[in-house]
Amino acid sequence: MMGALRTIFGELLGLFVDDGSLAVALLVWCAAVGATMKLAPGLPAAGSGVALLFGSVAILLVNVDRTAKLRMAKQ
Amino acid sequence: MTWIHIAPAITVAFLGAFLASFVEFVEAATIVLAVGTVRGWRSALTGTALALAVLCALVLALGPALTQVPERALQLVVGLLLLLFGMRWLRKAILRGAGILALHDEDAIFRSETANLRLARTTARWGVDPIATVTAFKSVLLEGVEVAFIVIAVAAGGTGLLPTAAAGAAVAGVLVVALAIVVHRPLARVPENTLKFAVGVLISAFGVFWAGEGLGIAWPGQDLSLLALIVVMLAAGLAGVRIAGSVAARVAVRVEAR
Repeated sequence: MMGALRTIFGELLGLFVDDGSLAVALLVWCAAVGATMKLAPGLPAAGSGVALLFGSVAILLVNVDRTAKLRMAKQ
Repeated sequence: MTWIHIAPAITVAFLGAFLASFVEFVEAATIVLAVGTVRGWRSALTGTALALAVLCALVLALGPALTQVPERALQLVVGLLLLLFGMRWLRKAILRGAGILALHDEDAIFRSETANLRLARTTARWGVDPIATVTAFKSVLLEGVEVAFIVIAVAAGGTGLLPTAAAGAAVAGVLVVALAIVVHRPLARVPENTLKFAVGVLISAFGVFWAGEGLGIAWPGQDLSLLALIVVMLAAGLAGVRIAGSVAARVAVRVEAR
């Protein structure tokens, strides 16, 4: 029973987290954009949207590049 | 708010829920088919029915609770979860598209599952085989939880999106069940990685949109900006395949030169 629950919990966590560093980086970036909006309310909202979008994209691409290099180095 | 402003969200909610659910249902169908073929359809269908009952109970219990959460907080949490979920799918689809990771092979999964089920002892009780029932139950429950999450999450950020997302998932479910009945073997010809790539693009765009709304960002053009987010995510995904592909090509050249 505990084994089954652990499997289900692991699968649920696996829905959102595959590579831990990607998940952490995305969450930190969103928090940083949110904190900047709070600390500097005068900034244009569209700028925050652009930062959120392109920051997330950059995090994804850096992660893909790093993972590809690591995987190919292992082969 | 006019139709032109809300149409993108409705379309993306339907497409996202349909494509993601289609992929999940295909994966569940492979296991249920393996169970049914090797250990009998009674156990396979019992496990499937039990899992569907648990899923319905989960959705009925958690769905109304979500309406109690303030809209802004819900948009932020759902947006972040969708962003993590979508980026995870997109990353994997990119790496598979570039040949860095092996493609998901439904035929291989079916063969491995049927081999395992043949090895397991048959211990039928009241006409139902527990190992077969639990295997079907676990598979349908786990894939079903993903479908339920996608439907609830895609719909949670905006009013009126739940029927659209649920319809998308329902159409995908009916389609996969019909195909599985007709073909009676794993749906290996489904271009799963392309579907996962598309889902990753759509769900990531939705995630950025809702997370932004939750943070207080007023997107220009409201829901129309979703289309721009999708275009950027699509471009990023294609760029990712090129980046990972060039890494693989460079390593291949180095290996050949040795």
